[in-house]
Amino acid sequence: MQEKHIDLEKIRAAVKQKIEKAVPEANINYCLTCGLCASGCPATGLENMDPRKFLRLLVLGQDKEILETDWIYACTMCQRCRYACPMAIDVGRIVYEIRGMRPREERPKNLQRSCDLQRKNNSTGIPNEDFVWVVGDVLEEVRENEPQWKDLTAPIDKKGAEYYLNQNAKEPTVEPEEMVPLWKILHAAGIDWTYSSEWWDGANYCLFTGDPEDWEYTVRKQAEVVDSLGCRYYINTE
Amino acid sequence: MFYATLEGLRRFKIPHKFEFVSIISLYAQWIREGRLNVDSSWNSDGLKFTVQDPCKLVRQGLGDAVAEDLRYVIKKVAGEENFIDVWPRLSNNYCCGGGGGALQAGFVENRRKYGKLKFDQLAATGADVVITPCHNCHTQVLDICDFYGGKWKTTHLWNWLEKALIIDGSAGRAGKD
Repeated sequence: MQEKHIDLEKIRAAVKQKIEKAVPEANINYCLTCGLCASGCPATGLENMDPRKFLRLLVLGQDKEILETDWIYACTMCQRCRYACPMAIDVGRIVYEIRGMRPREERPKNLQRSCDLQRKNNSTGIPNEDFVWVVGDVLEEVRENEPQWKDLTAPIDKKGAEYYLNQNAKEPTVEPEEMVPLWKILHAAGIDWTYSSEWWDGANYCLFTGDPEDWEYTVRKQAEVVDSLGCRYYINTE
Repeated sequence: MFYATLEGLRRFKIPHKFEFVSIISLYAQWIREGRLNVDSSWNSDGLKFTVQDPCKLVRQGLGDAVAEDLRYVIKKVAGEENFIDVWPRLSNNYCCGGGGGALQAGFVENRRKYGKLKFDQLAATGADVVITPCHNCHTQVLDICDFYGGKWKTTHLWNWLEKALIIDGSAGRAGKD
Protein backbone atom coordinates (compact mmCIF):
# COMPACT_ATOMS: atom_id res chain seq x y z
CA MET A 1 0.00 0.00 0.00
CA GLN A 2 1.19 3.43 -0.91
CA GLU A 3 1.39 6.05 1.74
CA LYS A 4 -0.99 8.97 1.51
CA HIS A 5 0.62 11.58 -0.78
CA ILE A 6 -2.06 14.19 -0.94
CA ASP A 7 -3.58 15.70 2.14
CA LEU A 8 -7.22 15.90 1.12
CA GLU A 9 -8.12 17.63 4.35
CA LYS A 10 -6.96 20.90 2.85
CA ILE A 11 -9.31 20.70 -0.08
CA ARG A 12 -12.34 19.28 1.60
CA ALA A 13 -14.26 22.42 0.72
CA ALA A 14 -16.70 22.10 3.61
CA VAL A 15 -18.02 25.62 3.02
CA LYS A 16 -18.66 24.87 -0.63
CA GLN A 17 -20.57 21.73 0.29
CA LYS A 18 -22.66 23.64 2.79
CA ILE A 19 -23.55 26.26 0.20
CA GLU A 20 -24.34 23.70 -2.47
CA LYS A 21 -26.74 22.08 -0.08
CA ALA A 22 -28.40 25.33 0.95
CA VAL A 23 -28.48 26.88 -2.54
CA PRO A 24 -28.46 24.23 -5.29
CA GLU A 25 -29.14 26.95 -7.88
CA ALA A 26 -25.90 28.79 -7.05
CA ASN A 27 -24.19 26.85 -9.91
CA ILE A 28 -20.82 26.94 -8.18
CA ASN A 29 -19.22 24.25 -10.35
CA TYR A 30 -20.18 25.92 -13.63
CA CYS A 31 -17.57 28.70 -13.40
CA LEU A 32 -15.61 29.11 -16.64
CA THR A 33 -13.11 31.38 -14.88
CA CYS A 34 -13.67 33.96 -17.62
CA GLY A 35 -13.52 36.93 -15.26
CA LEU A 36 -16.54 38.86 -16.57
CA CYS A 37 -17.72 39.08 -12.97
CA ALA A 38 -14.49 40.61 -11.70
CA SER A 39 -14.04 43.05 -14.57
CA GLY A 40 -17.46 44.60 -13.99
CA CYS A 41 -17.44 44.61 -10.21
CA PRO A 42 -16.84 47.84 -8.26
CA ALA A 43 -15.61 45.74 -5.32
CA THR A 44 -12.81 44.17 -7.36
CA GLY A 45 -9.50 44.80 -5.61
CA LEU A 46 -10.97 45.63 -2.22
CA GLU A 47 -9.55 43.40 0.53
CA ASN A 48 -7.31 41.97 -2.22
CA MET A 49 -10.32 40.07 -3.55
CA ASP A 50 -12.76 39.96 -6.45
CA PRO A 51 -15.77 37.75 -7.30
CA ARG A 52 -13.77 35.37 -9.50
CA LYS A 53 -11.04 34.89 -6.93
CA PHE A 54 -13.63 34.49 -4.21
CA LEU A 55 -15.30 31.71 -6.14
CA ARG A 56 -11.97 29.95 -6.89
CA LEU A 57 -11.07 30.02 -3.20
CA LEU A 58 -14.44 28.51 -2.41
CA VAL A 59 -14.23 25.80 -5.07
CA LEU A 60 -10.67 24.92 -4.06
CA GLY A 61 -11.62 24.52 -0.43
CA GLN A 62 -9.78 27.49 0.99
CA ASP A 63 -12.37 27.70 3.73
CA LYS A 64 -10.33 29.72 6.17
CA GLU A 65 -9.82 32.55 3.66
CA ILE A 66 -13.47 32.46 2.63
CA LEU A 67 -14.73 32.64 6.20
CA GLU A 68 -12.27 35.28 7.33
CA THR A 69 -12.24 37.81 4.51
CA ASP A 70 -14.06 41.08 5.13
CA TRP A 71 -14.67 41.26 1.40
CA ILE A 72 -18.11 39.81 2.16
CA TYR A 73 -18.92 43.30 3.47
CA ALA A 74 -17.24 45.12 0.57
CA CYS A 75 -19.45 43.17 -1.84
CA THR A 76 -22.90 44.78 -1.72
CA MET A 77 -24.64 41.63 -3.01
CA CYS A 78 -25.82 43.76 -5.95
CA GLN A 79 -25.81 40.74 -8.31
CA ARG A 80 -24.32 42.61 -11.25
CA CYS A 81 -21.82 39.74 -11.56
CA ARG A 82 -24.66 37.27 -11.82
CA TYR A 83 -26.21 39.48 -14.50
CA ALA A 84 -22.94 39.43 -16.46
CA CYS A 85 -22.04 35.77 -15.86
CA PRO A 86 -22.58 33.41 -18.83
CA MET A 87 -23.34 30.63 -16.34
CA ALA A 88 -25.53 32.76 -14.03
CA ILE A 89 -23.41 32.05 -10.97
CA ASP A 90 -24.80 33.97 -8.06
CA VAL A 91 -21.84 35.25 -6.06
CA GLY A 92 -24.12 37.67 -4.19
CA ARG A 93 -26.14 34.76 -2.91
CA ILE A 94 -22.98 32.93 -1.87
CA VAL A 95 -21.80 36.04 -0.01
CA TYR A 96 -25.16 36.15 1.76
CA GLU A 97 -24.73 32.56 2.93
CA ILE A 98 -21.20 33.23 4.16
CA ARG A 99 -22.28 36.36 6.03
CA GLY A 100 -24.76 34.11 7.83
CA MET A 101 -21.95 31.73 8.83
CA ARG A 102 -20.29 34.46 10.90
CA PRO A 103 -21.25 34.24 14.53
CA ARG A 104 -23.53 37.16 15.43
CA GLU A 105 -21.01 38.69 17.82
CA GLU A 106 -18.36 38.82 15.07
CA ARG A 107 -20.52 40.62 12.52
CA PRO A 108 -20.27 44.37 11.93
CA LYS A 109 -21.99 45.82 15.00
CA ASN A 110 -24.11 48.51 13.41
CA LEU A 111 -25.31 46.23 10.65
CA GLN A 112 -26.44 43.60 13.15
CA ARG A 113 -27.96 46.35 15.28
CA SER A 114 -30.07 47.65 12.36
CA CYS A 115 -31.49 44.15 11.93
CA ASP A 116 -31.99 43.59 15.66
CA LEU A 117 -33.91 46.87 15.87
CA GLN A 118 -35.94 45.99 12.82
CA ARG A 119 -36.88 42.68 14.41
CA LYS A 120 -38.35 44.66 17.27
CA ASN A 121 -40.16 46.97 14.87
CA ASN A 122 -38.09 49.38 12.77
CA SER A 123 -34.47 49.96 11.84
CA THR A 124 -33.88 53.19 13.78
CA GLY A 125 -35.67 51.95 16.87
CA ILE A 126 -38.07 54.86 17.38
CA PRO A 127 -41.22 53.85 19.28
CA ASN A 128 -44.38 53.35 17.20
CA GLU A 129 -46.10 56.12 19.18
CA ASP A 130 -43.39 58.54 18.03
CA PHE A 131 -43.93 57.59 14.40
CA VAL A 132 -47.68 58.18 14.73
CA TRP A 133 -47.10 61.45 16.56
CA VAL A 134 -44.55 62.78 14.04
CA VAL A 135 -46.82 62.01 11.10
CA GLY A 136 -49.71 63.84 12.78
CA ASP A 137 -47.56 66.78 13.79
CA VAL A 138 -45.99 67.30 10.36
CA LEU A 139 -49.38 66.95 8.69
CA GLU A 140 -50.93 69.56 10.96
CA GLU A 141 -48.14 71.99 10.19
CA VAL A 142 -48.60 71.62 6.42
CA ARG A 143 -52.38 72.01 6.67
CA GLU A 144 -51.98 75.19 8.70
CA ASN A 145 -49.17 76.79 6.74
CA GLU A 146 -50.01 75.85 3.16
CA PRO A 147 -53.62 76.79 2.38
CA GLN A 148 -53.70 74.86 -0.90
CA TRP A 149 -52.96 71.70 1.07
CA LYS A 150 -55.48 72.25 3.88
CA ASP A 151 -57.20 68.94 3.01
CA LEU A 152 -53.99 66.89 2.92
CA THR A 153 -54.20 63.56 4.75
CA ALA A 154 -51.76 60.96 6.07
CA PRO A 155 -53.97 58.10 7.28
CA ILE A 156 -52.66 55.44 9.67
CA ASP A 157 -54.33 52.04 10.16
CA LYS A 158 -57.16 52.88 7.77
CA LYS A 159 -58.87 49.54 7.18
CA GLY A 160 -59.79 48.75 3.63
CA ALA A 161 -57.62 51.45 2.05
CA GLU A 162 -56.69 50.45 -1.49
CA TYR A 163 -52.98 51.09 -1.04
CA TYR A 164 -50.70 50.41 1.90
CA LEU A 165 -47.60 52.61 2.01
CA ASN A 166 -44.45 51.71 3.92
CA GLN A 167 -42.08 54.34 5.26
CA ASN A 168 -38.32 54.27 5.56
CA ALA A 169 -37.56 54.97 9.22
CA LYS A 170 -35.03 57.66 8.37
CA GLU A 171 -37.65 60.31 7.66
CA PRO A 172 -39.77 60.18 10.82
CA THR A 173 -36.56 59.86 12.83
CA VAL A 174 -34.34 62.61 11.39
CA GLU A 175 -36.00 64.48 8.50
CA PRO A 176 -39.79 64.30 8.89
CA GLU A 177 -40.46 67.06 6.32
CA GLU A 178 -39.22 64.64 3.64
CA MET A 179 -42.42 62.61 4.07
CA VAL A 180 -44.60 65.48 2.85
CA PRO A 181 -43.90 65.47 -0.92
CA LEU A 182 -45.16 61.90 -1.26
CA TRP A 183 -48.32 62.66 0.74
CA LYS A 184 -49.00 65.56 -1.63
CA ILE A 185 -48.43 63.39 -4.70
CA LEU A 186 -50.83 60.71 -3.39
CA HIS A 187 -53.37 63.39 -2.54
CA ALA A 188 -53.09 64.98 -5.98
CA ALA A 189 -53.60 61.59 -7.64
CA GLY A 190 -56.64 60.92 -5.43
CA ILE A 191 -55.19 57.75 -3.93
CA ASP A 192 -56.88 55.96 -1.04
CA TRP A 193 -53.90 54.92 1.08
CA THR A 194 -52.75 54.21 4.60
CA TYR A 195 -49.68 53.73 6.75
CA SER A 196 -49.63 51.22 9.57
CA SER A 197 -48.76 52.02 13.19
CA GLU A 198 -46.86 48.72 13.40
CA TRP A 199 -44.17 47.21 11.17
CA TRP A 200 -44.29 50.34 9.03
CA ASP A 201 -40.58 50.41 8.13
CA GLY A 202 -39.82 48.93 4.74
CA ALA A 203 -36.02 49.12 4.91
CA ASN A 204 -35.46 45.55 6.07
CA TYR A 205 -31.78 45.34 7.00
CA CYS A 206 -32.15 41.71 8.04
CA LEU A 207 -31.51 40.80 4.40
CA PHE A 208 -27.90 41.90 4.90
CA THR A 209 -26.85 40.12 8.07
CA GLY A 210 -27.27 36.68 6.54
CA ASP A 211 -29.81 35.12 8.92
CA PRO A 212 -32.82 33.86 6.98
CA GLU A 213 -34.92 33.53 10.17
CA ASP A 214 -34.57 37.25 10.92
CA TRP A 215 -35.33 38.24 7.35
CA GLU A 216 -38.34 35.94 7.17
CA TYR A 217 -39.66 37.17 10.49
CA THR A 218 -39.65 40.85 9.49
CA VAL A 219 -41.22 40.24 6.06
CA ARG A 220 -43.86 37.99 7.61
CA LYS A 221 -44.79 40.67 10.16
CA GLN A 222 -45.13 43.27 7.39
CA ALA A 223 -47.26 40.96 5.27
CA GLU A 224 -49.57 40.20 8.22
CA VAL A 225 -50.09 43.88 8.92
CA VAL A 226 -50.90 44.74 5.30
CA ASP A 227 -53.33 41.84 4.99
CA SER A 228 -54.99 42.72 8.29
CA LEU A 229 -55.64 46.21 6.92
CA GLY A 230 -57.13 44.60 3.84
CA CYS A 231 -55.13 46.65 1.34
CA ARG A 232 -55.04 45.48 -2.26
CA TYR A 233 -51.61 46.93 -2.99
CA TYR A 234 -48.50 47.23 -0.86
CA ILE A 235 -46.43 50.17 -2.11
CA ASN A 236 -42.71 50.09 -1.51
CA THR A 237 -41.10 53.51 -1.86
CA GLU A 238 -37.63 52.36 -2.88
CA MET B 1 -35.67 47.87 -0.09
CA PHE B 2 -37.92 46.47 -2.76
CA TYR B 3 -35.99 43.22 -3.19
CA ALA B 4 -35.90 42.50 0.55
CA THR B 5 -39.68 42.24 0.65
CA LEU B 6 -40.20 40.82 -2.85
CA GLU B 7 -37.65 38.05 -2.42
CA GLY B 8 -38.61 37.49 1.22
CA LEU B 9 -42.22 36.81 0.23
CA ARG B 10 -41.00 34.48 -2.51
CA ARG B 11 -38.21 32.62 -0.77
CA PHE B 12 -40.07 31.96 2.47
CA LYS B 13 -43.40 31.38 0.70
CA ILE B 14 -45.13 33.89 2.94
CA PRO B 15 -48.86 33.88 2.29
CA HIS B 16 -50.32 37.29 1.40
CA LYS B 17 -53.32 38.71 -0.39
CA PHE B 18 -51.85 42.04 -1.53
CA GLU B 19 -49.92 42.83 -4.68
CA PHE B 20 -46.43 44.20 -4.00
CA VAL B 21 -45.72 47.28 -6.14
CA SER B 22 -43.18 50.07 -6.51
CA ILE B 23 -44.04 53.74 -6.14
CA ILE B 24 -41.96 54.42 -9.26
CA SER B 25 -44.18 52.21 -11.46
CA LEU B 26 -47.23 53.90 -9.93
CA TYR B 27 -45.94 57.44 -10.61
CA ALA B 28 -45.48 56.49 -14.25
CA GLN B 29 -48.85 54.77 -14.45
CA TRP B 30 -50.68 57.69 -12.82
CA ILE B 31 -49.01 60.22 -15.13
CA ARG B 32 -49.86 58.12 -18.21
CA GLU B 33 -53.46 57.81 -17.06
CA GLY B 34 -53.72 61.55 -16.48
CA ARG B 35 -54.41 60.91 -12.82
CA LEU B 36 -51.29 62.83 -11.87
CA ASN B 37 -50.79 66.04 -13.81
CA VAL B 38 -47.25 67.35 -14.07
CA ASP B 39 -45.37 69.76 -16.27
CA SER B 40 -41.78 70.88 -16.49
CA SER B 41 -42.38 74.62 -16.88
CA TRP B 42 -40.86 75.21 -13.43
CA ASN B 43 -37.49 74.19 -14.91
CA SER B 44 -37.00 77.33 -16.97
CA ASP B 45 -33.31 77.40 -16.05
CA GLY B 46 -32.86 74.01 -17.68
CA LEU B 47 -31.45 72.13 -14.68
CA LYS B 48 -29.98 68.89 -16.01
CA PHE B 49 -30.98 65.61 -14.38
CA THR B 50 -29.49 62.16 -14.25
CA VAL B 51 -30.38 59.07 -12.29
CA GLN B 52 -29.18 56.15 -10.18
CA ASP B 53 -30.88 52.80 -10.85
CA PRO B 54 -31.28 51.19 -7.40
CA CYS B 55 -30.09 47.55 -7.65
CA LYS B 56 -32.76 46.36 -5.25
CA LEU B 57 -35.50 47.89 -7.36
CA VAL B 58 -34.14 47.35 -10.88
CA ARG B 59 -31.68 44.49 -11.46
CA GLN B 60 -32.90 42.49 -8.45
CA GLY B 61 -36.48 43.72 -8.50
CA LEU B 62 -38.66 44.65 -11.45
CA GLY B 63 -35.97 44.84 -14.13
CA ASP B 64 -35.60 47.29 -17.00
CA ALA B 65 -39.32 48.14 -17.10
CA VAL B 66 -39.22 50.01 -13.79
CA ALA B 67 -35.95 51.72 -14.78
CA GLU B 68 -37.66 52.97 -17.95
CA ASP B 69 -40.61 54.15 -15.84
CA LEU B 70 -38.17 56.04 -13.65
CA ARG B 71 -36.75 57.84 -16.69
CA TYR B 72 -40.22 58.53 -18.06
CA VAL B 73 -41.22 60.26 -14.81
CA ILE B 74 -38.00 62.30 -14.60
CA LYS B 75 -38.43 63.48 -18.20
CA LYS B 76 -42.06 64.48 -17.55
CA VAL B 77 -41.04 66.33 -14.41
CA ALA B 78 -37.82 68.01 -15.56
CA GLY B 79 -38.31 68.19 -19.33
CA GLU B 80 -37.26 65.58 -21.88
CA GLU B 81 -34.31 67.71 -23.03
CA ASN B 82 -33.03 68.04 -19.47
CA PHE B 83 -32.39 64.37 -18.83
CA ILE B 84 -28.92 62.95 -19.40
CA ASP B 85 -28.64 59.21 -19.00
CA VAL B 86 -25.76 57.30 -17.42
CA TRP B 87 -23.80 54.44 -18.93
CA PRO B 88 -24.03 51.55 -18.14
CA ARG B 89 -27.69 51.83 -17.26
CA LEU B 90 -30.89 49.99 -16.30
CA SER B 91 -30.24 46.43 -15.09
CA ASN B 92 -26.60 46.75 -16.10
CA ASN B 93 -25.95 49.84 -13.98
CA TYR B 94 -23.36 49.79 -11.20
CA CYS B 95 -24.34 49.55 -7.57
CA CYS B 96 -23.67 52.85 -5.76
CA GLY B 97 -21.71 51.03 -3.06
CA GLY B 98 -24.09 51.90 -0.23
CA GLY B 99 -26.21 48.79 -0.58
CA GLY B 100 -26.00 45.38 1.02
CA GLY B 101 -25.60 46.96 4.44
CA ALA B 102 -22.36 48.72 3.41
CA LEU B 103 -23.53 52.00 4.96
CA GLN B 104 -24.08 50.25 8.28
CA ALA B 105 -21.18 47.79 8.22
CA GLY B 106 -18.56 50.49 8.88
CA PHE B 107 -15.83 49.75 6.31
CA VAL B 108 -15.84 53.37 5.20
CA GLU B 109 -12.66 53.31 3.10
CA ASN B 110 -13.85 50.29 1.14
CA ARG B 111 -17.26 51.84 0.66
CA ARG B 112 -15.81 55.03 -0.79
CA LYS B 113 -13.38 53.18 -3.05
CA TYR B 114 -16.30 51.13 -4.29
CA GLY B 115 -18.24 54.35 -4.90
CA LYS B 116 -15.49 55.92 -7.04
CA LEU B 117 -16.81 54.14 -10.12
CA LYS B 118 -20.28 55.53 -9.42
CA PHE B 119 -18.85 58.99 -8.81
CA ASP B 120 -16.99 58.99 -12.14
CA GLN B 121 -20.03 57.69 -13.98
CA LEU B 122 -22.34 60.34 -12.53
CA ALA B 123 -19.81 63.16 -12.89
CA ALA B 124 -19.38 62.28 -16.58
CA THR B 125 -23.02 63.22 -17.24
CA GLY B 126 -22.38 66.79 -16.06
CA ALA B 127 -25.87 66.78 -14.52
CA ASP B 128 -26.91 69.30 -11.85
CA VAL B 129 -29.20 66.84 -10.10
CA VAL B 130 -28.86 63.11 -9.39
CA ILE B 131 -32.15 61.36 -8.64
CA THR B 132 -31.71 58.54 -6.13
CA PRO B 133 -35.02 56.79 -5.49
CA CYS B 134 -33.62 54.62 -2.67
CA HIS B 135 -32.44 55.71 0.77
CA ASN B 136 -29.20 53.74 0.64
CA CYS B 137 -28.34 55.14 -2.80
CA HIS B 138 -29.28 58.60 -1.57
CA THR B 139 -26.96 58.49 1.43
CA GLN B 140 -24.08 56.93 -0.54
CA VAL B 141 -24.35 59.26 -3.56
CA LEU B 142 -24.48 62.28 -1.22
CA ASP B 143 -21.36 61.02 0.54
CA ILE B 144 -19.28 60.22 -2.55
CA CYS B 145 -20.28 63.55 -4.14
CA ASP B 146 -18.98 65.34 -1.08
CA PHE B 147 -15.91 63.12 -0.64
CA TYR B 148 -14.71 63.28 -4.26
CA GLY B 149 -15.70 66.91 -4.76
CA GLY B 150 -18.75 66.60 -7.02
CA LYS B 151 -21.02 69.54 -7.75
CA TRP B 152 -24.41 67.94 -8.19
CA LYS B 153 -27.40 67.95 -5.87
CA THR B 154 -28.52 64.49 -4.69
CA THR B 155 -32.27 64.12 -4.12
CA HIS B 156 -35.22 61.78 -4.06
CA LEU B 157 -37.68 61.89 -6.94
CA TRP B 158 -40.66 63.07 -4.92
CA ASN B 159 -39.20 66.54 -4.26
CA TRP B 160 -39.23 67.36 -7.98
CA LEU B 161 -42.50 65.61 -8.66
CA GLU B 162 -44.07 67.85 -6.04
CA LYS B 163 -42.59 70.91 -7.79
CA ALA B 164 -44.05 69.80 -11.12
CA LEU B 165 -47.56 69.00 -9.84
CA ILE B 166 -50.46 70.78 -11.47
CA ILE B 167 -53.53 70.97 -9.27
CA ASP B 168 -56.79 72.44 -10.53
CA GLY B 169 -54.94 74.00 -13.40
CA SER B 170 -52.30 75.66 -11.24
CA ALA B 171 -48.90 74.57 -10.12
CA GLY B 172 -48.69 72.71 -6.80
CA ARG B 173 -45.68 74.80 -5.92
CA ALA B 174 -47.76 78.02 -5.98
CA GLY B 175 -47.29 79.93 -2.76
CA LYS B 176 -44.09 78.05 -2.01
CA ASP B 177 -40.36 78.66 -2.66
